[in-house]
Amino acid sequence: MLFGSVLPLIVALACAPLMQGVITRTKSVIAGRMGQPLMQPYHDLWKLLHKGAVYSHTTSWIFRTGPMVSLASLLLALALVPFGGFPALSAFSGDFILLAYLMALGRFFIVLAALDTGSSFEGMGASREVTFSALAEPALFLSLAALARQTGRISISPLLTAVSWSVWAHAAPMLGLTLAALIIVFLAENARIPVDDPTTHLELTMIHEVMVLDHGGPDFAMIQYGAALKMWLFATIIVAVAVPWHSGNRWIDTAVGLAGMLILAIATGVIESSMARLRLLRVPQLLLVAIVLASLAVAL
Amino acid sequence: MTTLVASLLFFGAGAVASVIFARRQRWLRLFGAGGVILGSVCGLVPAVRVAMGAPPQSLRMAWDVPYGSLYLRLDALSAFFLVPIFLICALAALYGTEYLEAYRERKSLAPAWFFLNVLAASMAVVVLANNAVLFLMAWETMSLSSFFLVTFENEKKSTRRAGWTYLVASHIGTTFLLVLFVLLGKANGSLDFDRFGPASGAGAFFVLALAGFGTKAGFVPLHVWLPEAHPAAPSHVSAIMSAVMIKTGIYGLLRILTFLGPMQAWWGWTLCAIGLSSGVLGVLLALAQHDLKRLLAYHSVENIGIIALGIGVGIVGVSLGEPFVAVAGFAGAMLHVLNHAMFKALLFLDAGNIAHTTHTREIDRLGGLLARMPATGATFLVGAAAISGLPPLNGFISEFLIYMASFKGAVSSGAFGSVPMLATLSGLALIGGLALACFTKAFGIVFLGQPRSERAEHAREAGLAMLAPGFVLAAGCVLVGLFGASVVRAMAPLISNVTHLQSSLIGFDLAGAANSVERVAQFGALLIAMAALLALARTKVLARRRVSTATTWDCGYASPSPRMQYTASSFAQPLTTSFRMLLQTREVLTGMEETFPRRAEFHSHTDDPYQRYLFQPLFQSINRATAFLRPLQQGGVQLYVLYIVVTLLAVMLWEIA
Amino acid sequence: MSQLINSVLVLLVLTGFMLLSSSRLAACIHVVAFQGVLLGLLAILMQHGELTVTGVLLPLSTALVKGFLLPWLLFRAMREADTVREVEPLISYNLSIIAGSAVLVFALWLGQRLRLPSQPPSSLLVPAALFMSFVGMLVIVSRRKAVTQALGYLALENGVYAFGAAVALRLPVLVELGILLDVFVGVFVMGIAIFHISREFEHIDTDKFAASTDRPR
Repeated sequence: MLFGSVLPLIVALACAPLMQGVITRTKSVIAGRMGQPLMQPYHDLWKLLHKGAVYSHTTSWIFRTGPMVSLASLLLALALVPFGGFPALSAFSGDFILLAYLMALGRFFIVLAALDTGSSFEGMGASREVTFSALAEPALFLSLAALARQTGRISISPLLTAVSWSVWAHAAPMLGLTLAALIIVFLAENARIPVDDPTTHLELTMIHEVMVLDHGGPDFAMIQYGAALKMWLFATIIVAVAVPWHSGNRWIDTAVGLAGMLILAIATGVIESSMARLRLLRVPQLLLVAIVLASLAVAL
Repeated sequence: MTTLVASLLFFGAGAVASVIFARRQRWLRLFGAGGVILGSVCGLVPAVRVAMGAPPQSLRMAWDVPYGSLYLRLDALSAFFLVPIFLICALAALYGTEYLEAYRERKSLAPAWFFLNVLAASMAVVVLANNAVLFLMAWETMSLSSFFLVTFENEKKSTRRAGWTYLVASHIGTTFLLVLFVLLGKANGSLDFDRFGPASGAGAFFVLALAGFGTKAGFVPLHVWLPEAHPAAPSHVSAIMSAVMIKTGIYGLLRILTFLGPMQAWWGWTLCAIGLSSGVLGVLLALAQHDLKRLLAYHSVENIGIIALGIGVGIVGVSLGEPFVAVAGFAGAMLHVLNHAMFKALLFLDAGNIAHTTHTREIDRLGGLLARMPATGATFLVGAAAISGLPPLNGFISEFLIYMASFKGAVSSGAFGSVPMLATLSGLALIGGLALACFTKAFGIVFLGQPRSERAEHAREAGLAMLAPGFVLAAGCVLVGLFGASVVRAMAPLISNVTHLQSSLIGFDLAGAANSVERVAQFGALLIAMAALLALARTKVLARRRVSTATTWDCGYASPSPRMQYTASSFAQPLTTSFRMLLQTREVLTGMEETFPRRAEFHSHTDDPYQRYLFQPLFQSINRATAFLRPLQQGGVQLYVLYIVVTLLAVMLWEIA
Repeated sequence: MSQLINSVLVLLVLTGFMLLSSSRLAACIHVVAFQGVLLGLLAILMQHGELTVTGVLLPLSTALVKGFLLPWLLFRAMREADTVREVEPLISYNLSIIAGSAVLVFALWLGQRLRLPSQPPSSLLVPAALFMSFVGMLVIVSRRKAVTQALGYLALENGVYAFGAAVALRLPVLVELGILLDVFVGVFVMGIAIFHISREFEHIDTDKFAASTDRPR
């Protein structure tokens, strides 16, 4: 039983970077390129872990603490979400509030680490990050409230388990709207197109990447791994709502869940290939739309 | 009760001694601060005991004031407010011993110590009073003593202006309270609080209390005095005012709620609406500020908003018959009262440390202070994380409870009833996100990067008396974050006092809420452990590698200067533009006309929209409308005596006829 | 069935928001066209029981006129008038969305309050219809161009159509045709007007019309 509840955590820790690999591969296939190997994110992490470190003169202990606190909070947040047929390691009423705020804690420290360098590029990225996440937060909470109202649970693991095909059968519009809002939040929080372009090469246009410009070596590995975990975390919630497969056999459910994650990664790649990034001034509007979608879902 | 009386006597003695030793600096400091500290420590003992569940105590003495009685009562509600009052007063007094030294050459410190003692005593009496006359007298003493503390630096024009605004605002508030208590007394036949009972017209009483106490608490739009007065005061006084004095407004509101009988849903709706607007507007205005203490003052408006949201959700919960919503809402609000007292005092004291050494509060002139003031920086970081509601600190626990209440309420009520709940939870989420933006800005620009001015360059760490209170408060933030569950469990008598729910229901639901809080605390402890583990791993990994230093990535530009760093204004700019509709920030850009402009200037300034568009026009029109009365004001004493005589005669004639 | 109707209604509400938040004129016209098609679909879905020939043909013609003919006219007018492709709103897009949400809340509240002669097949029908008309009005008052005014008018009429569907499950054929004709003539006239205005004044900003009155200069 203990193994059962640890399994989702192990799967997440092992597969999270793969999701980024799949997205990148999808994009290169659509663009007609070979693309980097699927396992490239793992190679990157491995390489970074074996490097030394270079710190800026201006930085203080905040800069070194940032990546650790952010990774630690994401690791703990993972213990709160279920995967496939397996419930979360820990569940209690109101745990999704903790989940959201653990991610906020990680963001707080990454932003401070960025400001610690004194670079105006990083200040710019930090400023954008806090702006967009402040607007994404209400959308996330309203989506969760919509799901909670539908299922009557206020803990994320039972809540996601309670979503089933029969809920879809009698509340499809509401779930659809929630899903749409969650996907916008997913794209915004994980620095994907149309909010942020993870592959852009101009500092002035970046959000997440420019914040971590000065990190290197093991610190940067922690940040990259944390980003992968964060994406995995949001993706599990979306997949659990979109593909509520509860066959009774946990292994089948887990396989379906993994397939769902794969599809979501491919879908993200398709979205990234088919869209341009929004102008930064228009991003708040997109997040506002997510808030409207989520509140419409609650109202239904 | 005797210890409490002793504590009040200490305050009195401190005040008297401040007058006696007005010219002897050392004695003045000893007795002035000693009175506050001894009185507070002495009062803390019974306050903590009653707050943790000991039976209420009361004391009644004869008093020659019509309708008044010297009637003090310490119950769970008073005790819960008394604990932060005493705690913060003691720490602020300790802080003041060093902070005020800077003014020693320029002016007498006796008023500062005298009024500090009076303020501490009057705040204690406000929450202890069990008679309306006594309450109002203490209330007025509190307002006046804090007014004199605000205008301590009265040689500055801005300070005099702030004091004036504060005086006017608090008296308008008191007028509402006067009406409220007169009406309550008339309806119940006595001015003792324990004789007050459910009366008809409870709604009107609620509105009066909201206006009167809301002015003190700083509910939008009655908050306009707050961002003026709090920054103008010396930092330890700002800490007291922001952390505990405005909470007496919350106390008054809750106390009135206990008299009014069954709670009605629209009270809760109103409080949720007020809380939402205070919270969002407070944090947005804070974000737009350039002055560190003004930023903190606006955050008090925001946090009062959060408390109002909690109370509002609690009231809606009571009226819906949802005990969990009620219990968690009130528990969250009450815990936030305590938490906000701790982190806001901490932040104001740290802001004082900065102002003390750099002589500026302008955020954009600071920077790089963490290296120069490590202890101040570390405690400020704790406070910033706590006020942003981040785990594992105390701010998260109280917001968590309010979130839980609103989620539970949203799940278990119908489409219409869930509106305030959904508004609360989405509002809290927005406030949380914006607060995070604001405090990454405050901490990041002030403490990180490179110094942006000469003054910041030469900043030095404050002394022990100014640092110790910060350490205590930071430790308090962490401790409540990790052991909040026991505080929540101890709130049962308090909540039953306010909500009149069955105590078995309260016990059950409080245990449920405390259970979740306990789990959160476990996660907090785990988080600390996990971060420590990662830190250990990192040092192990890096031990065998080359670790070097270099300049920050400058995109190829060879000589970046500290002035090229991102500033607070630029950091907040995306958010202030997104919400420009609410903020009405004025931006002035000059000197960009020519093809090759030589010197350009950019200013941005955000006024308080309510001040600018509501109160200023309002007071100006009152001024115009009453201009014809000016001739009455001639300045001669004889004339004023004449007015008094005429008034007395008129009243007498009216009474006879 | 009610799930399908609900989904269509939600989509209709979303098109309202898209109309408010879109910055491209072409996108707005597409949105309104999509609304027309959705309305046709809605009318078909609402006929519980057997499908009659008129019961299918009428909604179909609605969808055709609203979804293809009118948009085509508008596109033509836009091309002829050679307008800028931006919407040029008087209030910002964010504010438009917020106003839209406020209107939605109002419509939901009003929909609960309104007493109707017959029970509509979905509780969302009346609020959605009201919302669409309100959005139409919002677009008319908050946008600068004549084309957007025509679009707002169309959206408003779409709301009226949906409301009609909610009140009486089966309108007399004649009435329905009459409404359709009305709209057609309305948009046609507007199209011609836009064309001529642009030829005379070389712009179609309605807020500049004030300059063409006889006010003394």
